[in-house]
Amino acid sequence: MKKYLYIVCFLVFCINKSTAKTIHVGPGKTYKSIRSALSYADNFDTIIVHHSQYKEGNIVINKRIALLGEGWPVLDGQHKYEVISIKADNVVFSGFQVQNSGFATLHDPGGIKVYDGIGVIIENNILENNFFGIYIQYGKNCIVRNNRIKAYGVEEQQIGNGIHCWKSDSLQIIGNNVQGHRDGIYFEFVTHSVIWRNISKNNIRYGLHFMFSNDDAYINNFFDQNGAGVAVMYTKNVVMYSNTFKNSKGDAAYGILLKDISDAEIIGNRFLDNTIALYLEGANRMLIKKNVFSGNGWGLKIQANCMDNVITENNFYANTFDVATNGSLVLNTFDRNYWDKYEGYDMDKNSFGDVPYHPLSLFSTIIENNPTAMLLYRSFMVSLMERTEKLIPSLTPDIFRDNQPVMKPYKL
Amino acid sequence: MKKITGFVITDILKNKIILFYTLILAVFSWSVFSLEDNTAKGVLSLLNVILLTVPLVSIIFSNIYMYNSSEFIELLVSQPIQRKTIWSSLFTGLVIAMNMAYLLGVGIPVLIFVPDMTGLIIILTGMMISTIFISIAVLCSILTRDKARGIGFAIITWLFLTLIYDGLVLFLMFQFSDYPIEKPMVIVSALNPIDLARIMVLLQVDVSALMGYTGAIFKQIFGTSLGLIVSFGLMMLWIIIPFLISLKKFKNKDL
Repeated sequence: MKKYLYIVCFLVFCINKSTAKTIHVGPGKTYKSIRSALSYADNFDTIIVHHSQYKEGNIVINKRIALLGEGWPVLDGQHKYEVISIKADNVVFSGFQVQNSGFATLHDPGGIKVYDGIGVIIENNILENNFFGIYIQYGKNCIVRNNRIKAYGVEEQQIGNGIHCWKSDSLQIIGNNVQGHRDGIYFEFVTHSVIWRNISKNNIRYGLHFMFSNDDAYINNFFDQNGAGVAVMYTKNVVMYSNTFKNSKGDAAYGILLKDISDAEIIGNRFLDNTIALYLEGANRMLIKKNVFSGNGWGLKIQANCMDNVITENNFYANTFDVATNGSLVLNTFDRNYWDKYEGYDMDKNSFGDVPYHPLSLFSTIIENNPTAMLLYRSFMVSLMERTEKLIPSLTPDIFRDNQPVMKPYKL
Repeated sequence: MKKITGFVITDILKNKIILFYTLILAVFSWSVFSLEDNTAKGVLSLLNVILLTVPLVSIIFSNIYMYNSSEFIELLVSQPIQRKTIWSSLFTGLVIAMNMAYLLGVGIPVLIFVPDMTGLIIILTGMMISTIFISIAVLCSILTRDKARGIGFAIITWLFLTLIYDGLVLFLMFQFSDYPIEKPMVIVSALNPIDLARIMVLLQVDVSALMGYTGAIFKQIFGTSLGLIVSFGLMMLWIIIPFLISLKKFKNKDL
């Protein structure tokens, strides 16, 4: 008998718990505005918003609720307000079109801004023409997934970032598409997070901007035609796997710019048609492996203040210059790469060339000291000088070499 | 004039050398494009030919041809024909024959493999380069009666424009590297037709490397349609000025 009583008690408790309401908002429904539904809702309720235009200024979510859109209801900030402010934990915000947030450089209004949230999920939204797209500050365990974020920025100072994360931990940024913002994805003081399968295109400054963000991973992302490519600075323990960096063209444009990084791994990425594919400055103890560098102006620009980096098993194809550096100090190793400009032979058939390859060309060294000399690129005299230098290295450091260049490209 | 030009053309075509030149150009261009799967790379290899072989063959062949036709010229002068007509038709004949060889050898494969703006620029610059060097050769042949000196002078001009000029430019760049010399240097290299041709073709292909700061200046100066017109204008000057000087000399020359 006592056993049954327990069961009944348990069931009653369950029912009590599941009295969380589902509230409908929309034309012809009980609630016409999201604000009124929000004030009526309790923690753990679900609010379903049906398709319509909602111009309600700033909507603040300060309860643990799920706010779901049906048929992409439009939330319009009328260029005045921050559209959605999430100030509670475990909020789910999904299925909306959020557009036209206000513009203010003091408060940085965003389309969707999370203040100190834990476990917030923002997914399947369309963000159009916002100052900042999705802004997370002091977030933890938040998920930003499958959002389409688009803005029409013209100048850097007139537009915010697509996904902006600041002082957060354990975030997951997955499958988003960001276009036309200042930086596509911006991380500052964000740790233990993953950026996976995002597309970041046509942003004014960087496709991805990383600062002081340790222990993060970015995997399978696609960066195309961003003003200055991707920048990772002042960070340690980052891993970058299988990303594609494409078409970063311009005087200060880089596939990836690495500044003061240590203990990072760059493996299996593709660098295609950038002015400078990979730029390393003050980067230490990095492993750069199994990447493809193809059609770039400079494949690898490695400054002399980089130390103990291992560059191995990469393919270098059709780059104007494979490698450039600014000094004669070489503290990195370049063994077992494939270089399409290698002209050596393999007599003992061990698939490694028998003569070391000097990837540093004389002309790239001249250009480093005197950029104007680019005028003479591909002139007969320069080709003649290159030939001589290849045979007897005199101006370029002799130790800058690949001791075991492979004869055939790796299948990457 | 038409008659003499036609005669010069048939005379040059009868000469097997020009056919050989056409054949070499054709073999080279076809092999470059069929060996390279990347047409941009093919264009760059072809660029070396246009900047080295084409000027060399144009200048030496035309120079020797002019010396060899001295008796024919004397014969024509004795006829009631204006000296201006004689000289112009000789020049036109050479230009048509050499450019025909170039068009058959390089033009056809380029039009097949790179049928866009790049291909067009390559064909145009190559034709300009041949014509410029014919014009210079004609001038060299009138400057001195001595064949050895004339040919030597032509070779030195070729060597100067392809090699020594660039060396001087590089030297100047290092001497004045502390100053903002980008724009003056661009202008200096634009004065050499070979450098100008190279830059014009490079702007069409190797973009990623050229997009640096100097590249931006390139683009700013040569990349616009105005820049293109100015570049072709400069090349036209390289054709017209040597020819006009040679024409003036020929008019007053005691044969």
